[in-house]
Amino acid sequence: MTEAMIACKGVHKYYGDYHALRGIDLTIRAGEFFSLLGPSGCGKTTLLRTIAGFEDISQGVVLIDGRDMGDVPANKRPTNMVFQSYAIFPHLTVAQNVAFGLRRDPRSKADKAAAVEEALTMVGLKGYGARSAHALSGGQRQRVALARALILKPKVLLLDEPLSALDRKMREQMQVELIKLQRQVGITFVLVTHDQEEALVMSDRIAVMFEGEIAQLDGPEALYARPATRRVADFIGVMNFLPARILSESASTVTVEVAGLGQVELPERQISRADPDDDGPMIGFRPETMTLLGPGATHSQPRETDATIDEVVYYGDMTYYDLRLDGAEALDGKARPVRISMRNVFGRDVQEVGTRTRLAWSPGSLVLFR
Amino acid sequence: MAKFDAEARAGLSLIAPPFLYAALILAAPILTILAYSFLTDGYLEIIGDFTWANYAQVFTDPIVRTVMLRSLMVAAIVTLATVLTAFPIAYYVSFMVRPERKAMWLFLITIPFWTSYLIRVFLWKVILGYNGVVNSSLTGLGIIDEPLTFILYNVNAIVMTLAHAYAPFAILPIFVALEKIDRSLLEAGRDLGESRAMTFWRVTLPLAMPGVIAATLIVFIPTIGDYVTPEVIGGGKIPMIANLIQVQMLALDNRPLGSALAVTAMVIVALVSLLFLFLNRRFLKVRQ
Repeated sequence: MTEAMIACKGVHKYYGDYHALRGIDLTIRAGEFFSLLGPSGCGKTTLLRTIAGFEDISQGVVLIDGRDMGDVPANKRPTNMVFQSYAIFPHLTVAQNVAFGLRRDPRSKADKAAAVEEALTMVGLKGYGARSAHALSGGQRQRVALARALILKPKVLLLDEPLSALDRKMREQMQVELIKLQRQVGITFVLVTHDQEEALVMSDRIAVMFEGEIAQLDGPEALYARPATRRVADFIGVMNFLPARILSESASTVTVEVAGLGQVELPERQISRADPDDDGPMIGFRPETMTLLGPGATHSQPRETDATIDEVVYYGDMTYYDLRLDGAEALDGKARPVRISMRNVFGRDVQEVGTRTRLAWSPGSLVLFR
Repeated sequence: MAKFDAEARAGLSLIAPPFLYAALILAAPILTILAYSFLTDGYLEIIGDFTWANYAQVFTDPIVRTVMLRSLMVAAIVTLATVLTAFPIAYYVSFMVRPERKAMWLFLITIPFWTSYLIRVFLWKVILGYNGVVNSSLTGLGIIDEPLTFILYNVNAIVMTLAHAYAPFAILPIFVALEKIDRSLLEAGRDLGESRAMTFWRVTLPLAMPGVIAATLIVFIPTIGDYVTPEVIGGGKIPMIANLIQVQMLALDNRPLGSALAVTAMVIVALVSLLFLFLNRRFLKVRQ
C-alpha cells in the first residue's frame, strides 16, 4: 500500500449546535484521485475546507504528509484549492492570476514568466496570459484556477465542485482532462462533488458522506456493485428496491422471499445494511442486471419472471422499461414498478407499453439490505 | 438634419421633463454666475459691459491665491483624513459585523445626518473650544495646565470638524465596494500562500479602490467649497474660498468678482477631480 498523504482522525466540526462533521476517519493515499461524494449539506465541503485550513476543527487531527496541521494556517499548508466559483482575481490578467502565488518564489522574472506560460499550456490556455480575467468563459476560468494552483506544485490539489457550473458537454470534457492532468502531474487530487456519475468517472476511490459521516469508502466499482447501505445504493446510480421476507438463515447464507422474484438464497457478500427508517428487509438490483426477453427468446440465466410493461422511455442508445412484476404486491399489497435498462441493438425491436413479457435474471446480481 | 423616428421621439419626450428640471435648477444658476463674472461692477449696481477684469483680479490678487491654496490644502487633508478613518470602519462593518446586523450599523453611521450640519459644527466648537469639553476635561484632570491651542480656531479644528461631518460619505461607498468582493477571492489569496495582511494588500485593497476613489471625490468636492465650518470653527480668521466668495457677493456687493471667484473655484475643482480620475485609471488600473 502506498503512503498516506492525508489522514483525518476523529475529526468533528460544530457550528454552534450544528454537528457538521461527526467523527471522520479517513486516509487518502499519495497520488490518488479521491472524491468526497454526498448530497448538499452532508459535510463534504466542510471536510475539504478543513483540509485546506479554512475551517478550524472542533476535535480530532488532520495530518498532511505525516504532519499535524493543527497549528498550520491555510497559507502555510501544502495544499491548493480550485474554488467552486473559481475565485479568479478580477483586477488581474490571466498571467497575473496564475503568477499570484509566485511572489516569494526566488526564481528570476523570466523564469517565473516561463513557468506561467508552461502552466497555461498544460491547461490548454497557451497565449491567453495577457487577457483580462473577466473576459473569460466559465471553462477558461476553471482552467486558470487549475493553472494557478498547479504552478505551486502542491502536495494536494483540492477541488470544490469544480465542474458544477459548466454545461454538460464541457463538464464531460473537463472530467477527462482532469483525469489526464492528474496522471500527468501525479499530485493527490481531492474532489468534492454531489454528482455521483462524476465521482464514478473520475475517482480512484470515493468516500460517500451523509450527515457528517462517511457511509462507505470504496473504489467506484465496489461502490456501485456492493453498496454498504441502502442509502448509498439509492444515492449512487439507479437501484430498484423490492420488499423481502427472511425465511431462514445459516452461517453463511440467508434465504429470502422477494416480492415478484420468489425465493432466493444469498451469500454473505451480497448482504448490506438497511436504513434505520426502512420498514423491513429489501432486495435491490441495478436496472442493467436483468434482461428483458423478446417473444420466444432463450437465455442462459438461472431465473425467469413474468412482467407487464408499464412505461417505455427511449434514449437512443438505451431504452428504459418500467415493469410490473407479477406478484410484486404479494408481500405488502403495494404495486412497485421496477426499472430495467436495455442497450438497443440493431434488429431488436423496442417493446411496447402493455406488452406481457419475461425477465431473465440471476440471484448473483441481487443485494439484500437488512 | 435627420428626422427623429418614433423611438427617438418617445425617448426624447421621456427625458424632456428631467432635462428641463436639470436645466432650470442646475444650468440656469451656473450660466447666470458665468454671465455675471464677465460684467463690470459699479457702485451698488452691475454695469452690463463685458470685461476680463474680474478674472485678471482673481488670478493676480495674492489674497485670492492664499485662500485658494488653503482651500485646496484643507480639502486635501480632510479627504485624506476622512478616507483613512472611513476605510477601517467600512472594513469592519463589511467583514466583521454579522450580516443581519449590517443594516443597523449603517443606520447608526448615518445618524449624525439627523442633526443640522450647522448644529454639528457648533457642537464641535463646544468640544474643541478654549473652555470646551476637551480642554476643561484635560485641565480638570490635571493632564495639562494651559488649554490646548492647536485645536482652536485653526486649520486643525477645521479638518477635524469636516472629517467628522463627511465620514458617512466616505464610509458608504467604501462599504459598498468591500461588500461586492467575493469572499472566496480572499480565501484564494490565503490558499495561494499569502498572509492575511498581504491578501488585504494584493486583493482586498485593489478591489476596494473604486469605492475609495468615489469616497475621495465625494469628500473632496464639497469640502473645498465648505462655508460654515471655516466661518464657525475657524472663527472667521482663516477663510476658505467659499468665505471669500460670500464676502464679495454680499458684504462688498461685488457680484462680478464673486462670480469670477466661484467660476474659477469650480474649474479648479473640476480639473483636480479629472486629474485624480486620470491618475487612478493610469496607475491603479481600476477595472470592475
